[in-house]
Amino acid sequence: MPPNANPGVRRLNAFRFSSPQTFYPLAGKVLPYFAWAAVVLALVGVYIGFFVAPTDAQQGDAYRIIFIHVPAAWMSMFIYVVMAFWAAMGLIFNTRLSGMMATALAPTGALFTFLALWTGSLWGKPTWGAWWVWDARLTSELILLFLYFGFIALHAAIEDPRRADKAAGVLALVGVVNVPIIYFSVKWWNTLHQGASVSLTGAPTMAATMFAGMGVMALAFWMYSIAAALARVRSIILERERQSDWVHEYARSLK
Amino acid sequence: MLKTLRLVIHRDLLLALRRRADVANSLLFFVIVVSLFPFGVGPEANLLRAIAPGVLWVAALLASMLALARMFAADYADGTLEQMLLAPAPLSIVVLGKIIAHWLLTGLPLVVLSPLLALQFDMPRDAIGVLVASLALGTPVLSLIGAIGAALTLGVRGAGVLTALLVLPLYIPVLILGAGAVDAAAAGLDPGAHLMLLAALLLFAATCALWPVAAALRIAVE
Repeated sequence: MPPNANPGVRRLNAFRFSSPQTFYPLAGKVLPYFAWAAVVLALVGVYIGFFVAPTDAQQGDAYRIIFIHVPAAWMSMFIYVVMAFWAAMGLIFNTRLSGMMATALAPTGALFTFLALWTGSLWGKPTWGAWWVWDARLTSELILLFLYFGFIALHAAIEDPRRADKAAGVLALVGVVNVPIIYFSVKWWNTLHQGASVSLTGAPTMAATMFAGMGVMALAFWMYSIAAALARVRSIILERERQSDWVHEYARSLK
Repeated sequence: MLKTLRLVIHRDLLLALRRRADVANSLLFFVIVVSLFPFGVGPEANLLRAIAPGVLWVAALLASMLALARMFAADYADGTLEQMLLAPAPLSIVVLGKIIAHWLLTGLPLVVLSPLLALQFDMPRDAIGVLVASLALGTPVLSLIGAIGAALTLGVRGAGVLTALLVLPLYIPVLILGAGAVDAAAAGLDPGAHLMLLAALLLFAATCALWPVAAALRIAVE
């Protein structure tokens, strides 16, 4: 980037917060808002889920895990796309923070993928009679978990953090291109092998309160993801910039 | 550019010819893994016939993956890779050459050997033809996707296991389509759609996989 021609005038710079040094305090400032929003929304969502939403005519109360399961599954896929977005930003603009953001998002994404699988399994036992079914959705979610693990493992295996960021970034991009291919091939494989015996789309249309509960929980998960990613990226920044002056000053100011 | 491509392929084949054991080992691995399954599930002919497409395909996938370490590691260790990056020829051409050489050394022998193993599982004759066709279309895709994993893990601790972790989830569509084609043929259905999709996957991988491999090699060397 060319140096600012007139240092007296502070231009609005889109890249201003792309530096870890400027982003660190900003992240610290907004973090509590997202964390509290997550807590409040989750409480509201759980309340709606348990006390407001009606009991399902066919599944009884077992269906109530939907309020965790579906938002978790949404987040698991969405976070992978966001992760790939940051990875692409890091590769295109060569900004350090982008790689850190991608790294910070990966464990949260993996957590939600695992949560979606776990709750799906708990839900599957009473409704389908099995902990695990080789259904297209379950299988592609499982593969998504493998993709997250691959990203985390590759990042952890490379010593140099900058190289790790870039290599894992390439992997995230390759993964995001492959996700639709995997999804459709798995779907197709599934219909070939056992037919659509378990289908969620055939369920009766959902009551409005159920949908509201799911929406609120999804928002809560969003807020949680942002807060968790920001908290994690702050530790990553401190760890990686530990040689720099501003971290030393910051550490002194804490004493 | 074609000259560079030819040179790279020729060089890799020549190197492999000097160390023939490497090529033979992955082929032997394929044969042994396939032969293990009857011991695991019993010699019942109907069962073996039913699982044969999947077994052959999974074994081919693993054999192709095990050979990935050879693709760039030696060149990376002795500095040849850096010279290739500095060379005026586009890196993707060099990469393509190495991938083609890798396929000729690991994929093609699997394709040639597979009918023999299919006979052990008493596969019908039509299905064997489809198996060969699906492997011929699918193993190049394995080499192309595998090259990404091999390039990303260059010089990394525990590269072998890591490559498996990165690459195997991405192999799943190839496995589904490849084994599906053979399954369809064995069931008397038309395997055309599977083979077409495999061919589409091959074209897609051939056009899109070279960029990430080249990027990963640059990252590894810088």
